[in-house]
Amino acid sequence: MTRVFLSLSLIFSVLFTFACVDKGANTAVAPTGDTIRIGVYGDTTGATSSFGVSTKNGIQLAFEEINAAGGVNGKKLEMIFEDDQGTPEKAKTVISKLINQDKVVAVLGEVASSNSLAAAPVAQEAKIPMITPSSTNPKVTEVGDYISRVCFIDPFQGSVMAKFAANTLKAKTAAILGDNSSDYSKGLTQFFEEEFTKLGGKVITKQTYAQRDQDFKGQLTAMRGQNPDVIYIPGYYGEVAIIARQARELGMNMPLLGGDGWDSPDLFKLGGAALKNAYISNHYSADNPAPEIQNFVKTYTAKFGAAPDSLAALAYDSAKVLADAIKRAGGTDSSKLKEAINATKGFAGVTGTITLDGSRNAVKPAVVLELAPADSKFTFKETIYPEGMTPPATTAASNSNAMNSNSNMMNTNTNMNSAAANTNTNKASNATK
Amino acid sequence: MDTFVQQLINGLTIGSIYALIALGYTMVYGILRLINFAHGDIYMVGAYAGFFIATAMGFAVNPSAFGFVVTLVGAMAIAAALGMAIERFAYRPVRKYSKMTTLITAIGMSLLIEYLFIFIFSPTPRSFPQLLPVENFTLFGNATISTSQIMIFVISLLLMGLLQWIIYKTKIGKAMRAVSFNITSAKLMGINTNFVIAFTFALGSALAAAGGVLTAQYNPKIDPLMGIITGLKAFVAAVLGGIGNIPGAVLGGLLIGAAETLVVGYGSYVGIPSTYRDAVAFAILIIVLLVRPAGLLGSNVQEKV
Repeated sequence: MTRVFLSLSLIFSVLFTFACVDKGANTAVAPTGDTIRIGVYGDTTGATSSFGVSTKNGIQLAFEEINAAGGVNGKKLEMIFEDDQGTPEKAKTVISKLINQDKVVAVLGEVASSNSLAAAPVAQEAKIPMITPSSTNPKVTEVGDYISRVCFIDPFQGSVMAKFAANTLKAKTAAILGDNSSDYSKGLTQFFEEEFTKLGGKVITKQTYAQRDQDFKGQLTAMRGQNPDVIYIPGYYGEVAIIARQARELGMNMPLLGGDGWDSPDLFKLGGAALKNAYISNHYSADNPAPEIQNFVKTYTAKFGAAPDSLAALAYDSAKVLADAIKRAGGTDSSKLKEAINATKGFAGVTGTITLDGSRNAVKPAVVLELAPADSKFTFKETIYPEGMTPPATTAASNSNAMNSNSNMMNTNTNMNSAAANTNTNKASNATK
Repeated sequence: MDTFVQQLINGLTIGSIYALIALGYTMVYGILRLINFAHGDIYMVGAYAGFFIATAMGFAVNPSAFGFVVTLVGAMAIAAALGMAIERFAYRPVRKYSKMTTLITAIGMSLLIEYLFIFIFSPTPRSFPQLLPVENFTLFGNATISTSQIMIFVISLLLMGLLQWIIYKTKIGKAMRAVSFNITSAKLMGINTNFVIAFTFALGSALAAAGGVLTAQYNPKIDPLMGIITGLKAFVAAVLGGIGNIPGAVLGGLLIGAAETLVVGYGSYVGIPSTYRDAVAFAILIIVLLVRPAGLLGSNVQEKV
């Protein structure tokens, strides 16, 4: 009797397995119906969860707007979201799931460069276009021609802050405290140091930490002995806030500098008043009075109850760029879609005008924001332009506040050109070693 | 010189926290021969309990010594209750099977607590309110010590003293020592071993929770996974000092804390990057275990296999 039961259950389980496989095969055909499936992946439950939440919100808003206006080529866009908990291994798993199981036609994500780097080869191999909204490490798009981004890259971002430290803050010496577990941070460390040294400054000490570290007083105390003019901390908000607190506790009151990884509503909750006298480079400023930006800020705030950070804005732009490319490609054929994305030119997004260069990176200006912990917000300080882009109104929707493009900045601009070009070609490949 | 003193203060601060947590590992091991892997998560629960007490009772807006003490004691009580519950419902039912079963239960318990907290309280780090005004005192030169660091030293010393008193001067302490010596004989002598074991869990968990609240005062970011690496290092500290040995756990904690801070501060001079701080803690463990397998203060007892 037992044997009969066993063999019966065996047969059923085999049948069931086949049934599942069959079902999987069916759904593979289904999406060619009335929706276009777009995969989105990000960290909504890990150490950088505000990044994933902002990204998801930004894309959701963009899709809703597009669908409300009739969709793309008469079809609605459908977001399929997967959480990767902020780890590269998971990022790789979820992108495989999105591509192989959900049969998405394109993928949007990740924020952290290390996660994008882990996932990109999967997309490249499957020939599914992937647009990362906000991974700034140059290596990401070097993975292949199916990978592109709508943000600037770290050689530029690192040089922006070096420029700001040397020219605006008149710093002569700098210390760097980087996150050794992130490609983003390692890249920025390198590019900041190169540019700062070129401008006659000196990086007197470099220290590192790992994500999820809680105590940074060891590194900070070692730095305090050398008394740098500024400290550059190219990390993510969770650790940065605590670093700022511990630095101030040790009586280190010099300016703290960072990148877009600081941009999170949680930064001020964790860091508090310690974040005074701190500056970051970022993709856009919510203060920008341009109507298209204010409009976006208003809709987003009404929908999600918080002002959009730059990650939300970039995600929103990446979704719009993708929709635009699908329209131009006349469908979702992956090769045609890839060509259309890579040919994106002069697309007016909320983070500036997006034109992809030959390496599928967006060339855009960066803004320097000052942290105002009293109001928990970032206030606009100045705009710094990359090579070949001029401050005047030719780039209508860019982040420039016209009044700020004074002669000092023009000077900044010229020096920037050679630096960006140089780092772009020669040094970029060292970034993630 | 002031830099060195500062590094030492920094190191001993986190070392004291490791010591508080290590005590729980070592006591449970001493009594049950069980590595309680959920112990690091109790430390996290302690910090969260403190957070909710402080927020609910309004201590967050009006910092006071009274509020701090209530938060600390409340968090310790909640953690003690949780520790006893875990022992009663997870470990006791499987205690009669092999040691491995309990060990795996402990790992499962640890993951359960972590992800339950992520599920309920979200993975977003929270900012622990400042319960006491922060002040910095200059010792000499550039070397400073903050009120939260002084609190950590003073309270850990008090708690360790209290623990020593409980173990050596009270009846329940005597029972704990008897159970750790031989659980079967203790039972034959009429000791309620189940109660003693539950008490041990409560004691260890309370110490871990105190560590959690003190850390949160010092470094106000708490998240559901904060107990993993801290718990692991506290475990290393317990083994380093000689697992099952209480002064050993304290010594091990202080050593690990000081060692990792000094690596960060001075490692670069000898070619060790500061990111190797954790690796150094484990390297020290390996070296000590090679030379003294029982740990620094552990007694070398031949185990019958």
